[in-house]
Amino acid sequence: MHEVRGQLLLYVRSKELAFFTFLLPLIMFVLLGSTYGDNRIDGLRGANFLEAGMLGYGVVSTAFAGLAIFMVIRRESGILKRVRATPLPGSAYIMAVLASTLVAFALSSACMIAIGRGLFAVPLPARWISLVLTLLLGALAFAALGLGMTVVVRSAEGASATVNAVYLPMAFISGSFFSPHSFPPFLRAIANVLPLTYFIRLTRDVMLHGHQVWTSWRDVAIVAAWGAFGAVVAFRRFRWEPAEG
Amino acid sequence: MTAVLVENLHKSYHEHEALRGVSFEIREGEVFSLLGPNGAGKTTTIEILEGYRRRDSGSVEVLGADPARPTSKWRARIGVVLQSSAMYENLTVRESLALFGGYYERPRPVDEVVDVVGLGEKAHTTVRKLSGGQRRRLDLGLALVGDPELIFLDEPTTGFDPAARRTAWETIRSLRELGKTILLTTHYLDEAEQLADRVAVLRDGRIVATGTPADLTSTPATEIRYRENGREVVLRTEEPTRVLAELTARALERGEELLDLEVRRPSLEEVYLELTE
Repeated sequence: MHEVRGQLLLYVRSKELAFFTFLLPLIMFVLLGSTYGDNRIDGLRGANFLEAGMLGYGVVSTAFAGLAIFMVIRRESGILKRVRATPLPGSAYIMAVLASTLVAFALSSACMIAIGRGLFAVPLPARWISLVLTLLLGALAFAALGLGMTVVVRSAEGASATVNAVYLPMAFISGSFFSPHSFPPFLRAIANVLPLTYFIRLTRDVMLHGHQVWTSWRDVAIVAAWGAFGAVVAFRRFRWEPAEG
Repeated sequence: MTAVLVENLHKSYHEHEALRGVSFEIREGEVFSLLGPNGAGKTTTIEILEGYRRRDSGSVEVLGADPARPTSKWRARIGVVLQSSAMYENLTVRESLALFGGYYERPRPVDEVVDVVGLGEKAHTTVRKLSGGQRRRLDLGLALVGDPELIFLDEPTTGFDPAARRTAWETIRSLRELGKTILLTTHYLDEAEQLADRVAVLRDGRIVATGTPADLTSTPATEIRYRENGREVVLRTEEPTRVLAELTARALERGEELLDLEVRRPSLEEVYLELTE
């Protein structure tokens, strides 16, 4: 618990990170919502459609990108190595990082839904429990992928560039910002592989079509499988020490 | 009591043999210095003792346990100052110490640690705004906040100006007075001479000399130099009185002068350079 508080303090203090992962999705929602919130997308009202996609964007920027970037920076600067010298178990540290990420994402999602209601008259989601479960699943899966991503990135300088190069196109292709139905076939083929596509579809089913999360078990399984893949990579290859020379 | 026992320690990185049979013992309550040039194996040795690196062979005991299998209880008894002083840039000095102190069962009070490392005036300053020397002091504070018995200091004053070094030395001396055992690596000879009860000189992965700073300077013989037929003659002897008497007697017999005669004990610096070159 002590460490979770510490991690939250660190999150709030690092203004760039908080802006990048917390505020940016909200700002994007306001901008895009103002642009085509009243258009029809796939037979639905634009803002309603967009809100689910933006929750997907929120989850990748908070849980995946933000987490991966700050963990690489902490590793390469030697902070993780220092933590390793203390009696705090490594697992407790990782759990605290995940917990603080969940808190940040929960707040970000609440703000997103509040903005949708306040600015764009998007009705509040009806299937509360399903939505919370969906977002929790997404946050855990993308956080696991974020931890796995730290294995791939070798330097602190490369962290932002590499992670942005992965998650921004993913958010685009998976349809965070608009409907993927208008995409050319090759983009749709890529989209069919990406976990975010399934997470956003799941969120739209729950928010727009009144589905329960367990009725879309296939999408749940694909998101969970990607998360498990990230967790396995992280579990086997996660490093606490900076790369040598 | 023995705090650290290292016997025949070996470690290679790929083809490079970093440690080739290092042995030494650190007694409880002493300041022990591993002295050697860069690349001699100091950091490899200390990181094996801290539990960061695995050894290839040899036996190592730190506070009665094998550091290759570190437990939380064991970690609570050691304090580590690494070469890189990485910390959370956005926390204040107090917040950093409170955060890390929370990892220990019985941490020292934060204000006490702030005073020990002399950061009283900077307690509410964020790490980002500290000077290099102040960061290093916080670094030491973070190693002390768990009230460890054994403290590892890996080149604690590298890059310090002379005044900052003296302050750091004072702090290290005060830790010794608290009864802490300290392992200090350094490539500064005067640092080892000033602080260490005992010194081990490390070169190319081997210990080439061990002893008190005084031992190290007294073991090599006294040096007698003079010129004979235009060439410099250097004699090293354990019995300078006898050798000198013979030399001078012979010179007197022949009616010659011992040109440029010089009798001296080598300084620790010369001993060190000779050992490590």
